Amino acid sequence: MKNIIMDSTAIERVLKRIAHEIIERHTAVPISLIGIRTGGVFISKRLAGYIQSYEQIPVQTGTLDITLYRDDVALRSGRAIVKATEVNFKVDGASLILVDDVLFTGRTIRAAMDAVMDLGRPAVIQLAVLVDRGHRELPIKADYIGKNVPTAFDDEIKVVFKENGNNEDNVYFIKKGDEI
Amino acid sequence: MRSEKGIIGLKYLDKKDIEQLVETAFSMREISLRSVKKVPALRGKTVVNLFFESSTRTKTSFEIAAKRLSADVVNFSYSSSSISKGETTIDTAKNIESMNPALFIIRHASSGVMELLAKHLHTPIISAGDGTNEHPTQGLLDIMTILDEKKRIDGLKVVVAGDIYHSRVARSDIYGMGKLGAKVCFFSPPTLITDDFASLGATITYDATEAFTDADVIIMLRIQLERQGTGLFPSAREYSRIFGLNEQKLKRAKPDVIVMHPGPVNRGLELSSSVADNGAHSRIMKQVENGVSVRMSAIYHTIGEGHGYTDN
Amino acid sequence: MDILIINGLLIDPSQNMEQQGDLLIEDNTISGIVDQKSYSVNGDRARVKGHESKEFIVIDAKGRWVVPGLIDIHTHMRDPGYEYKEDIETGTKAAMAGGFTSICAMPNTKPINDNKSITQYMISKAKSFGHVHLFPIAAVSKGSEGSELSEIYDLVDAGAVAVSDDGMPVLSAGFLRKALLYVKPIGIPVVDHPEELSLSKSGYMNEGIASVKLGLNGIPQTAESIAVARDIMLAGETGSKLHLAHISTTFSIELVRWAKKMGIPVTCEATPHHFSLTDDAVDGYNTNAKVNPPLRSEQDRKALIEAIADGTVDCIVTDHAPHGYDEKEIEFDKALNGISGIETSLGLSLKLVHNGIIGKKRLIQLMSQRPAQIMNLKNKGTFKAGSDADVTIIDPGKTWTVDKTRFVSKGRNTPFHGMELKGRAIMTITGGTLHGNISS
Repeated sequence: MKNIIMDSTAIERVLKRIAHEIIERHTAVPISLIGIRTGGVFISKRLAGYIQSYEQIPVQTGTLDITLYRDDVALRSGRAIVKATEVNFKVDGASLILVDDVLFTGRTIRAAMDAVMDLGRPAVIQLAVLVDRGHRELPIKADYIGKNVPTAFDDEIKVVFKENGNNEDNVYFIKKGDEI
Repeated sequence: MRSEKGIIGLKYLDKKDIEQLVETAFSMREISLRSVKKVPALRGKTVVNLFFESSTRTKTSFEIAAKRLSADVVNFSYSSSSISKGETTIDTAKNIESMNPALFIIRHASSGVMELLAKHLHTPIISAGDGTNEHPTQGLLDIMTILDEKKRIDGLKVVVAGDIYHSRVARSDIYGMGKLGAKVCFFSPPTLITDDFASLGATITYDATEAFTDADVIIMLRIQLERQGTGLFPSAREYSRIFGLNEQKLKRAKPDVIVMHPGPVNRGLELSSSVADNGAHSRIMKQVENGVSVRMSAIYHTIGEGHGYTDN
Repeated sequence: MDILIINGLLIDPSQNMEQQGDLLIEDNTISGIVDQKSYSVNGDRARVKGHESKEFIVIDAKGRWVVPGLIDIHTHMRDPGYEYKEDIETGTKAAMAGGFTSICAMPNTKPINDNKSITQYMISKAKSFGHVHLFPIAAVSKGSEGSELSEIYDLVDAGAVAVSDDGMPVLSAGFLRKALLYVKPIGIPVVDHPEELSLSKSGYMNEGIASVKLGLNGIPQTAESIAVARDIMLAGETGSKLHLAHISTTFSIELVRWAKKMGIPVTCEATPHHFSLTDDAVDGYNTNAKVNPPLRSEQDRKALIEAIADGTVDCIVTDHAPHGYDEKEIEFDKALNGISGIETSLGLSLKLVHNGIIGKKRLIQLMSQRPAQIMNLKNKGTFKAGSDADVTIIDPGKTWTVDKTRFVSKGRNTPFHGMELKGRAIMTITGGTLHGNISS
């Protein structure tokens, strides 16, 4: 069965909360958000917008494609397509916040950290995610979490965004074997 | 001829394949601008540069491309090969294949050698040029360079000028650009082309005015100086005057025309120095830069994990 | 041997014959057609009136064609010197399997057949196997170098039937003229491979759309036609017999047509690959379709077929050119020219009959009667009484698939592998000796 566990309103609410948390806890200026393609990019752009609407803090965003850093592509049935990485600010010495939609095994974040390290030597890397569904395979944890969702390993969490041409933002919870 | 065996000719690729290879090349270009120019995608894979015909620049471009993807690169060239000892090309390649490389990059003087080797090897091959047949990555980097500038290929007037008959670049260019909708015009001395080249989808002209007028892109081919004295053209002087490109002829093209050349340039022969160095029009160095990205893309598409061409 | 072939369709263009009948062979000689009432069959033996002292072997050729033994006047036996490609044992056996009873072998052996000891060696070696009659074509120039005449009279005395430098550097006009003049008194033909090297030397296949697509340097049609024109002029001037090897272009054909109208003593031949295939067969860099002259365009192919039908082409030859595996499984430009064609020639030529382009008699004229005439092979190519007992029996309806792995020839270099053909020779009689099995 398909289950909407977060709708547009809920997503907006938690992202605004994360924006406030970042303002509160992240002291480095400017705030540097790096979205992981594809969902993380939309989230990072929205976070940047919220932060700037609350405080006069400079925010910069970048985009990371981690295809070339993955260690699990061969295990996936899909075919990888490489998109551009666009980080137009200096990574050396920066305090970065990686942004992704779903935190699962941690392998994506591991790859993203490798990718960021290849761009320079940041002072700090933090992690913001919309959903943390557990089942970590690596010692990674998020600094900012929109919602914790207990899942079975085989379940699927699917996030759709208006930026992707959808009518609504939604987070779906799909039990194993179900179709969306 | 593509996914299993790599990329041996643009004649075997369809429009979507070409677009995807170039799109990926654009994505990868940023890697070459980093301070640490390396991603781990092909860690632990061995790429063999198997060059039966010398070409320092193409070999170097492929080597840099493979290394930026973290592959290990082994160079094998004609001078150090067993060819001089009477070994066949097939045997040479099979011997190296026994050492389990992930990919062959092959350059060879004989047209069709990629098809021959693909039949005998299970390792994928990317062609770095075969005889007078194809030079697919040159075709791709030419497309990338045009897209870079013009954002489209469809409907552009692309002039390919020079020794069309013996050019693998001209063939790969028209196979690739033709599929993307370019209007390709071959401009050549009548001794270095035949009417049958129109079958590739190009128009043919022997007249410089007709060729260059309203051109969006001009690709000048390198004229082989060795061909002087074979009766195909009388002298470098006359070739340059009638079939070369200079500032004056360039004026007939569109104001935003770009000039390309696969290199190395014979200055003052097919291309005057003033055109070659004209920053407003010349994209020759950009081609070389894009060459690395295109070759990274080609290598990644051929042997990257989960490699292949996606549907979306 | 004494043989009676009954119930077959006898086809003999030399007597304008195409009829059901029974052919009598006595003492290795054709004795003629016999009336059904003049013999009595008992099992596989027969008694014939007027020949009561003898018992004849009976061959029942019901549903088969019985024709004068097929003759291939252009083959390469590769022996001596290139026995890994073919030798006289396998080559003559392959010829026999192809339905031939006589062949002419080109001189580009190693050493070149420019002296009588090699000519004699070839003849005697072929004789020792008895598969087919072998008639050497000797080199016209010493070492086929095109500069000095070889001892042609001596070679002819030793058994050579013609002279040629086929397969080797091509003759200059001046040399060819001398050769034509020199052979005139003995009436043998000079066989020229017409090719203007200055036009052909940098090419690997026919110049055309196919060569453009494959990125292979082309050989223009004129490389052949110009040499054909030149050769015709020389034959016209000298009045000597000139035979043009494997013509393949529209212009060459028109030139021969003109020459014949002018009464110039020119004959010419066509190969099954040139009338069956075009340069499209080279697609995929198929070296088995690499041959000299190269496979041409569809227009040329059609013109060649028309010339075969209208008599411009005198005969069909195989240009059987076996090569070793490594000489073909190699880069296209490095691969050697040639097709192992002696076992597929009849099947491919029969297509012309099946498709209604030529009649049965014309086919036998092209593959037996005219070849014999061109090479002055006495008592061959005909069923006239007193001629040699060389007979080919053809099953015209038998469908078979070309399988190079089952070739008798050592040469597996065929572009016809896997092709389905209709009709093949099932038996030959060479000088009265039976080969093959009538029921196969």
